[in-house]
Amino acid sequence: MIIQICVGSSCHLKGSPEIVELLQKAVEEHHLENDITLTGSFCIGKCNRLGVTVQVDDDIHVGVTKENFKEFFSQHVLSKLGKV
Amino acid sequence: MGIRKFDTKVQHLKYKVLREVARHAWNDTLLDNVMNIPEMIVPGKTPTMRCCVYKERAILGKRVKIAMGGNKENPNVIEVIDIACDECPAAGYEVTTSCRGCLAHRCEDVCKRGAISFDHNHVAHIDKSKCVECGLCAKVCPYAAIINRKRPCQIACKVKAISIKDNNAAAIDNNKCIQCGACVYQCPFGAITDKSYILDVIDIIKKSENNQKYRVYAMVAPSISSQFVYAKLGQVITGLKELGFYTVIEAALGADMVAQAESKELAEKGFLTSSCCPAFVQYIDSAFPDMKPFVSHNLSPMAMLAKYIKSTDKNAKVVFIGPCTAKKAEAKLESVKPYIDAVMTFEELQALFDSKDMDITTLSEDVLENASYYGRIFARSGGLTDAVKQGLEEQNIDFELKAVSCDGIEECRVALLKKSKNVLDANFIEGMACVGGCIGGAGCLTHGEKNKAEVDKYGREALEKTISNAVAVLK
Repeated sequence: MIIQICVGSSCHLKGSPEIVELLQKAVEEHHLENDITLTGSFCIGKCNRLGVTVQVDDDIHVGVTKENFKEFFSQHVLSKLGKV
Repeated sequence: MGIRKFDTKVQHLKYKVLREVARHAWNDTLLDNVMNIPEMIVPGKTPTMRCCVYKERAILGKRVKIAMGGNKENPNVIEVIDIACDECPAAGYEVTTSCRGCLAHRCEDVCKRGAISFDHNHVAHIDKSKCVECGLCAKVCPYAAIINRKRPCQIACKVKAISIKDNNAAAIDNNKCIQCGACVYQCPFGAITDKSYILDVIDIIKKSENNQKYRVYAMVAPSISSQFVYAKLGQVITGLKELGFYTVIEAALGADMVAQAESKELAEKGFLTSSCCPAFVQYIDSAFPDMKPFVSHNLSPMAMLAKYIKSTDKNAKVVFIGPCTAKKAEAKLESVKPYIDAVMTFEELQALFDSKDMDITTLSEDVLENASYYGRIFARSGGLTDAVKQGLEEQNIDFELKAVSCDGIEECRVALLKKSKNVLDANFIEGMACVGGCIGGAGCLTHGEKNKAEVDKYGREALEKTISNAVAVLK
């Protein structure tokens, strides 16, 4: 699974550095190093005021924040990998 | 628009040509109209710049050609327009009529070559066969009666790449030229100019079909903070997207990456010269080849970040926008070519905005937030050294930095000369070919006292305060 985090200007201001860190931690916690490749992107083309844009394989998720991160990770990453 | 966008009228003329070439290129009407552009810029019969409108138009024809990429046979991005060269006097040091025929004869005493003699009126004369153009006589004359009749281009060219051809026009020695553009900015007749690749930029944008075929990234140099001062930086970003760029990224993030890598490399090797300024790197190549092993092996911030962008997006094309003519040459290097698709200057960006009749002051403000304070201050002399110092600290590398920040190619020469004789008391040379750093670049719209302060202010506004925080998102 490839997870691409938007680190462009707009998402940077919405906290992409924190989301990158949270993702790195979550991958480690769940021992998913072999299942997930984390990578950056400078714009996924969905700039908005809600939060950070994260692309999981072909699915684009907008508005990821540190508050809703747990929910995002279990719903869109763990469940997809069949780990829940 | 009544707003003063440029320092000189030469820049303004060059801009008008670029703007008209771009206007036709967007509309696919360039081929049909290329011959009409000179007359469009100089209409009527009254000359405003030269002896007659026909000469003005002939020169403009050459400018149009250079705006379209210039002479493909000449690899140098800096070109002389022979017919525009006014063949300024180039006699070197000369005694003027201000010489009062005094008793002191300081000029004679100071001349180590014995080149000064006096006629029966006690007026000084310089023997050109003995004079080495050191200028000491001019310095000591209490009446400032001795002047240096050197061409402005030759004075600007500190690497001595400009000579005078048989036809009295200036000629550039490509083996010495570092493509910094100092002569371009200094020639009062605009007879030396940098080739433009705006047609490539327009072509890349158009063929992307609204970024559907591939995505066109604009990478802007941090010196942009001192440019387009009549508008907000955020409006420039919106303007770039309106032109058709997919997104805009700070080259300063590449500078953060370089600061991190270069500080490590420095500690490993013990001595290093910087790799960001392509004119400085080229200077070492041509004038100090023995020093080549000391040049940092890192790519420049521009190339480093473009390489990263292309690793995250296989469908990316990257256009670098900066103050620099030498970057146009750097982009042609085999090591950089795969990452950079085109380079243009701030002057050329202004022409592109106006070719679309875009008034950026009316646009909404977008954001630009990729780099740290340290990456952003690369734009001015001394910034790179501060960043390398910070890079060493952040990575807990135990290495005592002794840096020399060379502001302009003359200071670079002195430091390199000392190093080659093993008398340089430093382990890092920050080399910036332009005085002031990138903010002094030939492709800037304006050059001013406040530019350094503007860069520092922009640096302080960065969300990320440290290099490691800025590059953390790139893992």
